[in-house]
Amino acid sequence: MTSGPPATPGASAPATSTPGAPPGDAAAPDASTPDASGATVPARSAARPRRLRRWLSSAWFLIPALVLFALFVLLPIAIAGYAAFFRWGGFGPPSEFVGLDNFTRMAGDPIFRGDLWRGLVLVLLSLVLQLPLAVGTAVLLNGRMRGRAVYRMVFFAPYVLSEVVTGVLFGMIFLPGGGLADHLVEDLPLLGGLAGRWFSDPSTAMPTLFLVMTWKYFGFHMMLYLAGLQSIPGEVLEAASIDGAGAWRRFRHIVLPLLGPTLRISVFLSVIGSIQLFDLVWVITAGGPSHSTETMSITMFQYGFKRYQVGYASAISVAMFAISLVFSLLYQRYVLHRDLRGAVTAPGAPR
Amino acid sequence: MGIASPSRRSFLSAASAGALVAATGPLLGACGNDGGSGAGGKVTLEFWNIATTEPQKTQYPKVVQAFQAANPNVTVRMTALENEAYKAKMTAQTTSGKLPDIFVSWGGGVLKQQVEAGLVEDLTRRAADLSATLNPLSMEAYRFDGRLYGIPYDMGMVGFWYNKRLFAKAGVKQPPATWSAFLDAVRRLKAAGITPIALAGKEKWPGHYYWSYLAMRIGGGAVFEQAETSRDFSAPVFVDAGRRLKELADLQPFQQGYQGAGYPTPGGQAALMGTGRAAMELMGQWAPSVQEDAGGDLGADLGFFPFPTVEGGKGTLTEVFGGGNGHALRKGAPKEAMDFLRFFLNAENERMFVSSGAFMPVVKGAESAITDPNRKQVAQAMTGATGFQLFLDQAFAPAVGQQVNDSVAELIAGRATPEQVTRSITQAARTQ
Repeated sequence: MTSGPPATPGASAPATSTPGAPPGDAAAPDASTPDASGATVPARSAARPRRLRRWLSSAWFLIPALVLFALFVLLPIAIAGYAAFFRWGGFGPPSEFVGLDNFTRMAGDPIFRGDLWRGLVLVLLSLVLQLPLAVGTAVLLNGRMRGRAVYRMVFFAPYVLSEVVTGVLFGMIFLPGGGLADHLVEDLPLLGGLAGRWFSDPSTAMPTLFLVMTWKYFGFHMMLYLAGLQSIPGEVLEAASIDGAGAWRRFRHIVLPLLGPTLRISVFLSVIGSIQLFDLVWVITAGGPSHSTETMSITMFQYGFKRYQVGYASAISVAMFAISLVFSLLYQRYVLHRDLRGAVTAPGAPR
Repeated sequence: MGIASPSRRSFLSAASAGALVAATGPLLGACGNDGGSGAGGKVTLEFWNIATTEPQKTQYPKVVQAFQAANPNVTVRMTALENEAYKAKMTAQTTSGKLPDIFVSWGGGVLKQQVEAGLVEDLTRRAADLSATLNPLSMEAYRFDGRLYGIPYDMGMVGFWYNKRLFAKAGVKQPPATWSAFLDAVRRLKAAGITPIALAGKEKWPGHYYWSYLAMRIGGGAVFEQAETSRDFSAPVFVDAGRRLKELADLQPFQQGYQGAGYPTPGGQAALMGTGRAAMELMGQWAPSVQEDAGGDLGADLGFFPFPTVEGGKGTLTEVFGGGNGHALRKGAPKEAMDFLRFFLNAENERMFVSSGAFMPVVKGAESAITDPNRKQVAQAMTGATGFQLFLDQAFAPAVGQQVNDSVAELIAGRATPEQVTRSITQAARTQ
């Protein structure tokens, strides 16, 4: 039962936003009001059962999805939200109500605060280093070059690997005192001091982790950007170069603005991914050494599954859910709204 | 769009309704039939264990087959998981309230919570005949308020496993018996360019052995019982244990990058010992078999000595810190489950497990099957023990045990003071 919350908080954030759309879409064709208002009274009474039937049948077809959604998304969220107000070891029904105690404890917990800080660092590093790298390679690989398909495949391949496989792999590469990484840097002047540290030193563990994350995920963002770049019409770029725009100006004033929607969705996925980060870290470092790579989901797992403090772990998962939800709502409201309305930046739209 | 849609739609609706019933029918039906024991008919036993390394990995299926041959109506379904994965899976399973019929338990606080939740079968009467043949010390971890909730199959203690060749190379003539002699040996080993101690810092539990043993040697064997009942770990003995451990950590005795090292994993603690790249490790009775599995067999080079005494401390060398493995039964498990536990420990199987080095004996007198001198030494120490303390991360409630592991790891890494360690453990004991 508690295995629900870890997966749901992040996943449900984008999920909860999507069901909002289908009803709206479905309502549009269903609103046959111009049709009905023009009709006479007997026709109208005939239209009503038909509309009811149509509504019923669409509801009927929605039921399987709704049941699954309620069972595996809404219910676990509700249970986690409920359990967060109890001191509960996970056995039997929660009985010891403690109000907001779990949340105040969380606010004062240096590990949880550290999680927030580390999460923020990961998000910022992703935005500042990983995304530009992805845009850069995408632009390079979008041009004509020999072996383009091979490069694309090579850069995208790490994303196809599962997190656990990646974790085990890099655990071996960064193995203290015998891993590949140690042998590589051993004799180098500046990096030589890193040998034997990597994931075993609190000060280097986080940067090393970010290195692995970049290796793993930048290919995925690169693919997004490649798709975005290919939807930029060649005529626009051609026109710009005829007008005398150099490569940089074409990139800065044409490619980048037209890449806007892709950029915004990539940032969104990157942030949500950082908030949820679990399996990769769990396999490589389990959050250590000395909590230096611990994320919110790892703290939650530690308390829920190692310490049997399911109430407190639920409070952490509720916090994670709230953070993801607030972020995705704000982001959609203030950043994505242009893309969602599908206006200005849609390729081909401005004539 | 709307042409002839009613008939088609109703057809689809009917079809989908049929599909839904067909899909959920078996599911609903499945909920009704479990419970395992059919009256006189076939019985299936779920058996969860941690036999993922040799020699147990090949021994378990043999034992199960022999049991099934003797009891044709019983099928034993084995699920073998690695330690840490097993603990995590058991937590989820416990929360759901459905435990396997037979499962591995280390006793102590974890089992106690499961017992209090009414999930574990009381074996006091059903296993009276069996428990009479077992070493009483081995059952201590499974006994609460005089009731027995588990049957041990392995019992041992933690001590230093050392490489005699490396000790000799560093000029350490005999295994140290006191803490200052121990620190001196560490200094000598280090001076000789040998990594004195292998430690799996990533896993945290191997580190807590040091702190626990030091507290026992300083305050005597019963210190933890008192602290657990009073929920107070701030006594000077615990701070002192932290200070002594810090003395050791300040010598930087562990291998390079120990904070990222695992225990049985490649390049981990056991592998370092097995390949002769570290001089000693503080580990339980299973150490030699894991060394062999992860690195290599040290053979005659491997030696064992008990944790040294601390000068001026109340503890003695004969007070042991350790634990073992045992099996518990789900509440309401079929009676065949108990038969299996009995079969598991019969003379033939016990001899096989003990002589192959898989387990330390729990059946009285089975020590004679041991040929290896180190294991014999451990067995003798167990029989002659004057005090016993179960692993703290098993003895205490999980929240406290994990905090001990966490805080001691921070202490060894130089990120917490001895006082901070006792404070956070006390806090965990009070809030859990």
